[in-house]
This record gives sequence, C-alpha cells and structure tokens, in this order.
Amino acid sequence: MSEEIEKQVAELEKQLKKLQKNQAKDQISIIAFSGDLDKMLAAMIIATGARAMDTEVKMFFTFWATAMLRDKKKCGTGKDFMSKMFGFMLPKGSTQLKLSKLNMCGMGTEMLKGLMKKKRVSSLEELLKIAGELGVEINVCEMSMDLMGFKREEMIDYPNLKYVGVGSYLADANESRIQLFI
Amino acid sequence: MTTAELKDIKVNLVIDARGTACPGPLLAAKKAIGEIESDEIMEILSADEGTKHDIPRWCDKVGHEYLGFVDLDSYTRLFLKKA
Repeated sequence: MSEEIEKQVAELEKQLKKLQKNQAKDQISIIAFSGDLDKMLAAMIIATGARAMDTEVKMFFTFWATAMLRDKKKCGTGKDFMSKMFGFMLPKGSTQLKLSKLNMCGMGTEMLKGLMKKKRVSSLEELLKIAGELGVEINVCEMSMDLMGFKREEMIDYPNLKYVGVGSYLADANESRIQLFI
Repeated sequence: MTTAELKDIKVNLVIDARGTACPGPLLAAKKAIGEIESDEIMEILSADEGTKHDIPRWCDKVGHEYLGFVDLDSYTRLFLKKA
C-alpha cells in the first residue's frame, strides 16, 4: 500500500517539475518593428516600466525599427549600392525617427519633441540609456540588418547587443508571460 | 492608514517625482527602494494622476506594503513600507 503511494508521489513530483519548467516567466517579450517615433517611445516606456516592476524584458528589433539602433556618429563601410541607398533613405538612429501620424513633413514630430521636453517626458535617447542601465535585453534581427545593408560597426553601443534570428525571438517569447508587437 | 496617521508618520526617505513623467516615478521608486532598509518608510511626491494609481500596483507586484496617500493642493504624497 505504501509502495503504491510512494510511486504516486514520485509520479506527482515528476509532473510538478515539468509544470514548473513550462510555466511562463515574469518576463515580457517586445517586437519593435515599426520604427515610428511614437510607437518606439511606447515600446521603450513599457520596457523601462517593466524593469521598474522587476519584470525581465527582452526586445527584438526588426525591420524598420532596426534603423533606430544606428549611431549617427558612426559609418558602415563596404556597402553595395542598394545598401547605401537604404542607409541614406532610412533614419540614422533614434533622433531621426518620425511620428506614425501627423508627421506633417516633420513639423508634427518636432512639435511633439518640443512638448515632451516641456513636460519633462524622457526622450527616446534617454530611455535607451536607462534601458541599458536597467538590463533591458535588446536583440537585433540579423536578417533585417542584412536586407537593409546595415553593418554592426554602425550600431549604437548598447550593453550586450546580440544579433539573432526569429528562433531566438520565439524561444524568448514562448517563456514570457507578455508578448507585444509594436 | 488614515490621513492623520500618514501625516504624522516617520518617513525614512522622500522621493520627489513631481518633475518627471511616466515612467520616471516608477524608476525613481525602484532606484530609491534600495537605499532604505526593510520595514522603513518611503514617501513619494507626485503631481500626476497616473502615478497615484501606479505606485500601489508597483508595491503589489514588487512586494512592498502600500500605506496610502495624502492629497495636497498641487501634488500627492504616497507612502509605502519596504518589505
């Protein structure tokens, strides 16, 4: 009888271990895709806010948002014609992003930036710095880098910046309680 | 805790988050909580409605005890006790 119970307990412990392993972590996965100023601001505010609440944050920068991580003081070398074109047409870093609505040829964007300064809302650059200090993990889509011809040497100095594929994003997202596409 | 109790409470650290906007106050709270000991009281000054709702939720999530708030003319005093 006790042997039977012992067997059941062992089986239950095994199931429990499995469940604990598969449980979603206190973590948020954010895909930064759009590259629009307003949307990237939201992404960074959420990311830093989450860290303030002790939640782990993993961001995956892909497509248009990849341009946000370019350092305007750096240059990528050895680019072919298409890459040079992309490099020229796309924003060179966070200061050159535009609003998704009411950009009004740049006027709307400048107005919002002015308003943010007046109301002491942190800028995108400040939020990126805070994110780095708080341990927000940023992974960059290697494929987007390749398509747009960006070179690693022209990206900003962000702590532990990694270049990954969709598999890494999916593995991270799978263990996160919250997933966002921005 | 009642308003009267809160007004008299001995505070160990005061954080003035009135000048910053979201997520400023939360970040300030997170940074400052490391500067006080367990069971000590922290006071956060805030001028926006959002923070008034955020701080109790932050306490709940991170595990500290939210004690209450006192509304003044142009700002709010929020009190919490470190776990």
